[in-house]
Amino acid sequence: MDITSFKPTLVYTIYIASTPRKVWQALTGAEFSRQYFFGNSVEIDLKAGGAFIVRTPDGALHISGKVIECEPEKKLTVTFNVNWPALIEKLGQTLVTYEIEQAGEAVRLTLTEAHDRPISDDILSGGRQGWPAILSSLKSVLETGKPLAVKLAPPQRMLDALKAMGIATP
Amino acid sequence: MSKPEFVYITYIGTTPEKLWEALTSSEFTRRYWFNTDVRSDWKVGSAIALVMDGKTTDVGEILEADRPRRLSYTFKHVSDEELKQEPASKVVFALEPHGKVVKLTLTHEGFVEGGKMLDGISKGWPAILASLKSLLESGTAVAIPLAALGIEGIE
Repeated sequence: MDITSFKPTLVYTIYIASTPRKVWQALTGAEFSRQYFFGNSVEIDLKAGGAFIVRTPDGALHISGKVIECEPEKKLTVTFNVNWPALIEKLGQTLVTYEIEQAGEAVRLTLTEAHDRPISDDILSGGRQGWPAILSSLKSVLETGKPLAVKLAPPQRMLDALKAMGIATP
Repeated sequence: MSKPEFVYITYIGTTPEKLWEALTSSEFTRRYWFNTDVRSDWKVGSAIALVMDGKTTDVGEILEADRPRRLSYTFKHVSDEELKQEPASKVVFALEPHGKVVKLTLTHEGFVEGGKMLDGISKGWPAILASLKSLLESGTAVAIPLAALGIEGIE
């Protein structure tokens, strides 16, 4: 897959008192992800071309994609497609990259969400709302052992925009 | 094209009152904000000065102080020769209870196109706010050296 046509729509940086190895494990482990990712579990085959799946707490397929780049403890790029019918056809694929760097005694984790075509602010509001909550909770899990109890409903403006485009959401 | 601004959201396991205290008390800010004091009486119209390692880096005026919900002030850099040519910008902290945690939204706006200030604060705020979150949740700030932020001219 050619990822050069994808342009970033969101860049979020967070510093975590942890090690690159632990941050990598938190990003790629099902047990870990259930704690900070709204109860969802990440299942990933850690090699380029491998499957990337996120399941909801009841086991349903929520996000599916493929591993594009995989450099353990440094960089992970995946396609990150929410499993709503017609989503890819209407909006194209979503690309998510995590970069992990040492910064003093801490780790800088940079998330980038990118798309291969212009996407409206209404649609992008989902990621803009969700990623800070997910990554804030990931930081808490790694630093304190306890996730943050952040409950979020999808933004109404995103749901309305998806509906208007003929994309069915649960 | 949208005007240049920086928006950062983080969720912190604390109360709005404790977060307000951490944003406005030098006892706290020194620990998570690169050894910076925030000096003000926090009344609308009053002056504010950011003093890092004893040197004043930024000054401004309090625009809003609605404890513990919303704090804003103007922000004029006065230390670096190049950065101090840029106009005053504006910082807004919005604190919202969100279940048992607090959602903190920082908005920093009013930059000139192509200026260096926006790049600097875009790299600085995530480190400051991450360290603030750690301090409030675990009691220990994160040791992030300024030099690790990748800001041009700071090594």
